[in-house]
Amino acid sequence: MTLRKTILATSALSVIAGAAVAEMANDMTLVSWGGAYQNSQQKAYVEPYLEAHPEVSATWDESSAEAVAKLRAMNEAGNITWDLVDVVAADAIRLCDEGLAMEYDPEELLAEGEDGSSAEDDFGDLIVSDCFIPQIVYSTTFGYRTDMVPEGVDAPSEICDVFDLETYPGKRSLEKRPINNMEWALLCDGVAKEDVYDVLETEEGQEQALAKLDTIKDSVIWWSAGADTPQLLADGEVFMGSTYNGRLFSVIEEQDQPVAMMWDAQVFDLDGWIIPAGLPEDRLARVKDFVKFATDTQRLADQAAYISYGPARKSSAPLVGKHADLGIDMGPHMPTDPENAANTFVYNYGFWADYRDDIDAKFQAWLTK
Amino acid sequence: MTSTTETNVPLEGPTPDDGLRAAEQSGPMLAADGTPLKRSLARALRREKLRALMLIAPLLLFVLITFIAPIGDMLLRSVRNDIVADTLPETVEQLGMWDSAQQELPDDATWTALYIDLVLAEEQKLHTRLGSRLNYELTGASSLFRKTGRAVGRFDTDVYTDQFVALDDSWENAATWVNMFDDSDIAEALPLTARTWERWVDYLESEDDIPAEEDVEDFLFTALYADLTREGADVSGLSPRLEQAAAAVSGFETVDLREQFEDADDDWLDPEIMRTIQTYSPRYTSGYFLNAVDAQLTADGVSMRPENQQIYGILFKRTIFMSLTITLSCIILGYPVAWILANLPTRSANLLMILVLLPFWTSLLVRTSAWKVMLQQQGVINDTLVWLGLVADDARLVMINNQFGTIVAMTHILLPFMILPMYSVMQTIPPSYLRAAKSLGATNWTAFWRVYFPQSVPGIGAGSILVFILSIGYYITPEIVGGTTGTFISNRIAYHISSSLNWGLAAALGTILLAVVLILYWAYDKIVGIDNVKLG
Repeated sequence: MTLRKTILATSALSVIAGAAVAEMANDMTLVSWGGAYQNSQQKAYVEPYLEAHPEVSATWDESSAEAVAKLRAMNEAGNITWDLVDVVAADAIRLCDEGLAMEYDPEELLAEGEDGSSAEDDFGDLIVSDCFIPQIVYSTTFGYRTDMVPEGVDAPSEICDVFDLETYPGKRSLEKRPINNMEWALLCDGVAKEDVYDVLETEEGQEQALAKLDTIKDSVIWWSAGADTPQLLADGEVFMGSTYNGRLFSVIEEQDQPVAMMWDAQVFDLDGWIIPAGLPEDRLARVKDFVKFATDTQRLADQAAYISYGPARKSSAPLVGKHADLGIDMGPHMPTDPENAANTFVYNYGFWADYRDDIDAKFQAWLTK
Repeated sequence: MTSTTETNVPLEGPTPDDGLRAAEQSGPMLAADGTPLKRSLARALRREKLRALMLIAPLLLFVLITFIAPIGDMLLRSVRNDIVADTLPETVEQLGMWDSAQQELPDDATWTALYIDLVLAEEQKLHTRLGSRLNYELTGASSLFRKTGRAVGRFDTDVYTDQFVALDDSWENAATWVNMFDDSDIAEALPLTARTWERWVDYLESEDDIPAEEDVEDFLFTALYADLTREGADVSGLSPRLEQAAAAVSGFETVDLREQFEDADDDWLDPEIMRTIQTYSPRYTSGYFLNAVDAQLTADGVSMRPENQQIYGILFKRTIFMSLTITLSCIILGYPVAWILANLPTRSANLLMILVLLPFWTSLLVRTSAWKVMLQQQGVINDTLVWLGLVADDARLVMINNQFGTIVAMTHILLPFMILPMYSVMQTIPPSYLRAAKSLGATNWTAFWRVYFPQSVPGIGAGSILVFILSIGYYITPEIVGGTTGTFISNRIAYHISSSLNWGLAAALGTILLAVVLILYWAYDKIVGIDNVKLG
């Protein structure tokens, strides 16, 4: 009892130093993606937190895919039922723009790095929005069936092999949206990497990208859920396909399918928390306490033992160990591993915030044709 | 049996006879209690109706509150466009006077208004929201507003603040401002400043701050400067402090706000952004509806979208065509099943009925995914065909991720909705009619076509309406198995609701879809007659 009180008091004090000590709510509703990813969060920081705070209970809501729309609806209804929401960075920016996510001060909310660096330095430029609390770096990249590589041909290793139907005949699976696909198409149509977004800004550049995609359109199966490509690869429906690297890891290492990674031109993206705007004091205090714990150096490193996504803190990288069940080194499976990160893109949040509506309309019209 | 009624025992109280007798005497027919029959009847009917209404009141209220009101609210979004006028009220007013054909860019007053509006919007974190709204119409607006929002607090307008404060220290004091605008004459003489001050105070109070204790911000001095230098500005006799300022402003160093905006982002010099704000400043807009029919509302009027962005027309046509196809396949597949069910002995009919209902108890996702396993190129059907040698291994049939796959999967999912109403109608058709027709010499076909079929039409009608209306709004199955050629309009609606957050466009698309269904329903009523629909 006294121990609990001490923990409560110290954590409350450290979170809202100086301010009046607010009561902390004891229920949290966490929103995430479900599946292996949510499981990694549960194991790496929710369970340890609940062990340290037995009076707290956490409920999961697997709504991250519709989080933006649902938060807006909750906000309009004036009843926010979520305490902490896991979203990709692009959604976090949108939520911040709409005033649906709370802006925070990294120095106040987040713990210092274990190496003593300040939270702001430790996360660096991964804090892409004033509301976004980064957790992991993931990448969208290609996997291919090793048994479908034609005889006498090297396995595909470059992004442009996706567009090479002659050398690598077979179906591809690509995401049913312009983001990433347009960049890859331009890259393989002779546009230099640093010019991609300058070209994509122009009407001609967009036409050029779609024309390049046109060359493989008949061989593409378009996916909209992250689980689609792994399933299509496992069934042998497609030769190669794009998806999140963690999904491919589980197809290769956990399900032992004849699939291999092609890291070339992988696109880095971020996933993290946002705190909904307008939480009552007591719930906010609890969430802040939890976030400080859940995003510290050790917790983020722990998460990498359950899923092959890179921790967002620089200070976590040296602590990444082995997979919790398989016992394999996780380092080489991280998208950020130097071997894998020879040629990478970083999701261009600014560009897509502007051009998403416009290019998406063109892309969908092109798909429908 | 003795007849008591015939022996005229006088009854107590009024009888119908009294009424008749009274009517004979005085003209209008009266009810038993002497009131005119017409009124009495009307009252009785009204009471009857009221009682009926009260009986359904709980349900009616429930439906109104939980169903009609939210839908109405959602549909209203398709025309509402408050955000521009609410966020940039001063700018909208100034732009109302701007003729983009005459002047390439709006005048200084507009830039001042925009500056004031944006500072206030930035304080309330509304500018990015407006940016996303305008980005639907003009690519680039999103980052333009985000970028300008970051810069607008650092505009060089402190020049005005410094000059006013140099004249009189008390300008710096918020209490001065609070007192100044308590005087309605001053508020009238300085309209822009008064409005701006009021918005600022409203905002501070909503944040539980006390206006008199806050700093007086640069934008307030900018508004004051604009008011004092406005043509016909007259503050004489209002307050010495104001008179002193009015005398001095002509010699003030000025800030060109247009240049400030240009420094923040030179896209502001593109007249297109101001014209877009102007076009979308009314509180109600047809823009969303125009978008939903592949047109657009621009500063130059209504025009069709470029060919490479037209999508909704195709999707609407496809949705209707595919829904009709699905309805038709359901009729063809369901009719024989319903017939067998209706003509089997009860015991075996019940068993078959369970088979029909079984899919209802399975998750929709599971059923759809099962079709994926069946139909894909490495799937069960293709494997079997290849094994039988009917199809070459390298020429496997493409049966999923296209229209075919969507039609198959949706027909399967919606089939029970067709079979059940057909079955319950067919059950009521006496088998003796068919036997009678045959005994009168009709062939099997004639007996079916002339006698049985017409009686089963109400069941087909009910089933068709159910299946068609369900399929026209279907979303999850086309999303999973539709590929690019099998998606419905609802998939785009879902995209705009959950991803692009363009709820106005989603509402417009939804309204059009609702209108299409109602028109088709009306046409059905005209052609077939809605009385001809039976669920049993």
